[in-house]
Amino acid sequence: MTDFTNLGVKEIRDGVAGGDFTAREVAESFNAAVAAAAELNAFIVTTPDHALAAADATDAKRAKGEDLGKMGGVPIGMKDLFATKGVQTTAASHILEGFKPEYESTVSQKLWDAGAGMLGKLNLDQFAMGSSNETSYFGNVNSPWKKDGTNAAMSPGGSSGGSSSAVAARIAPAATGTDTGGSIRQPAAFTGICGIKPTYGRCSRWGVVAFASSLDQAGPMARSVEDCAIMLEAMAGFDPKDATSLQMDVPDWETALSSDLKGKKVGIPKEYRMEGTDQAILDSWEQGKAMLRDAGAEIVDVSLPHTKYALPAYYIIAPAEASSNLARYDGVRYGLRVLPEGAGLQDMYAATRAAGFGDEVKRRVLIGTYVLSAGFYDAYYTQAQKIRTLVAQDFEKAFATCDVILAPTTPTASFPLGSLNEDPLTMYLNDVFAVPASLAGLPAMSVPAMVNSDGLPLGLQLVGKPFDEQGVLNAGLAIQQRAGFDAQPEKWW
Amino acid sequence: MSVTREEVAKIASLARIKMGDEELDRMVPELNNILDWVEQLGEVDTSGVEPMTAVIPNSLRLRDDVVDAIPETSGGRREDVLANAPAAEHGFFGVPKVIE
Repeated sequence: MTDFTNLGVKEIRDGVAGGDFTAREVAESFNAAVAAAAELNAFIVTTPDHALAAADATDAKRAKGEDLGKMGGVPIGMKDLFATKGVQTTAASHILEGFKPEYESTVSQKLWDAGAGMLGKLNLDQFAMGSSNETSYFGNVNSPWKKDGTNAAMSPGGSSGGSSSAVAARIAPAATGTDTGGSIRQPAAFTGICGIKPTYGRCSRWGVVAFASSLDQAGPMARSVEDCAIMLEAMAGFDPKDATSLQMDVPDWETALSSDLKGKKVGIPKEYRMEGTDQAILDSWEQGKAMLRDAGAEIVDVSLPHTKYALPAYYIIAPAEASSNLARYDGVRYGLRVLPEGAGLQDMYAATRAAGFGDEVKRRVLIGTYVLSAGFYDAYYTQAQKIRTLVAQDFEKAFATCDVILAPTTPTASFPLGSLNEDPLTMYLNDVFAVPASLAGLPAMSVPAMVNSDGLPLGLQLVGKPFDEQGVLNAGLAIQQRAGFDAQPEKWW
Repeated sequence: MSVTREEVAKIASLARIKMGDEELDRMVPELNNILDWVEQLGEVDTSGVEPMTAVIPNSLRLRDDVVDAIPETSGGRREDVLANAPAAEHGFFGVPKVIE
């Protein structure tokens, strides 16, 4: 059997369409790679039959000369936050273990309609709450990467860590992710792949397990900017079932890709030069500037004065929304029920939620409940929402003088699993560069820039104006072409 | 501002999460660490700033005023709705006795 697992989305799509190989061959190849990679723990369930059925449908269409779709013949991993009809959907929680939705999320349906197939449901931080993939009820996800000369299990980032691990390990050519405060970009940066969070509202949230609804956005994770553009086209689009869905046409991002940045201004936010940032990260940022200058762009300084307040504001707003969203897990309608002997309804709720939620989820539900409670609402929640306005205004002002912003994705490279568990706050700080764009609803992407002296990948982040995914993708492409990032994890699994 | 053990117990009860003594002991300093850290938001002068309501300007649409405008979210799907219920009975959600 030929190995197709080094191919990306575009190569598979074009190869299948051109008759170089069949979609079935590709699906079989990836199914085998997934089955052989159990040690990564990237998947909660695998669905080889789904991948094969989609591949056969694509091959049959080709035989009849029909259009194969934007993702025709491409098998992908689906983050286990998307409801998939008849296939267990858990959000990596115990409380949803065994839950098999009777419906399909809009984003996953769009991908199947575009000809993609599903390799399985990818592991994640529980309810997407985490930055290291250590809060899943189904165990940690391992990054395929190792620090040079060590054998310690490394974090693939989070919350889309199953997605980043699978794509970096080449057991999936691409995967869906969701980003609430960096959950696509940070894992992409940790594993040397690309990932884009589009403008809030581009991708429907219908059928995506809700964490913080004003922030949650789905997006693609893949190994190239082109692959991200293709997959985002398939995922995005207006959906009447999501009240916050943007009523806009989906641009043809793939066709309009161009790394010629002549006439473009790239903003460098001075507030992102933070204490505690690795020197290698600062170096990669400098290299990024040089690459974009080489692509024709002008580099300008910009200021985002409220940057340091974005993260604490996020840790009020996101838990507040989560505490409300997660009220639905009550042991009545779906999921786990724990009914102690002789318990009444209220006791059943409390026992079910105690057994069904992990520690990080409980922590956030409690914080959220507290900041929304009478007497504290204005001091915490209203103040955080005002700061969110200020953060968004900072970007608005910056974009008056630049077209796209370049910054690091994370303050450090990946870390060993278990090394940041002592204090939840240290973990939160990992998203310091990712959260501001989330609070402002802006399109933002991470592209691999280089490996550090430990052999671990580092990512660069591009943040664009609302609806300007094209500007983000184009600047990302300029970096991709110049960085020539071709490092791969050595196979140990 | 910091929270006491009793306050955390009260919040947990409001959030309907049963918590034992050991868990409460663990949770109190963790929550206080987070609350101490978010305290810095008080430094920012927000007078005259409107709290954010919608991150991307977007007006709320009204759906067509017809029955079953969106089939997936409309009626007539009792079996689907009950399919994952831990204790569906006679076409309803079953719960423990509510009225004493």
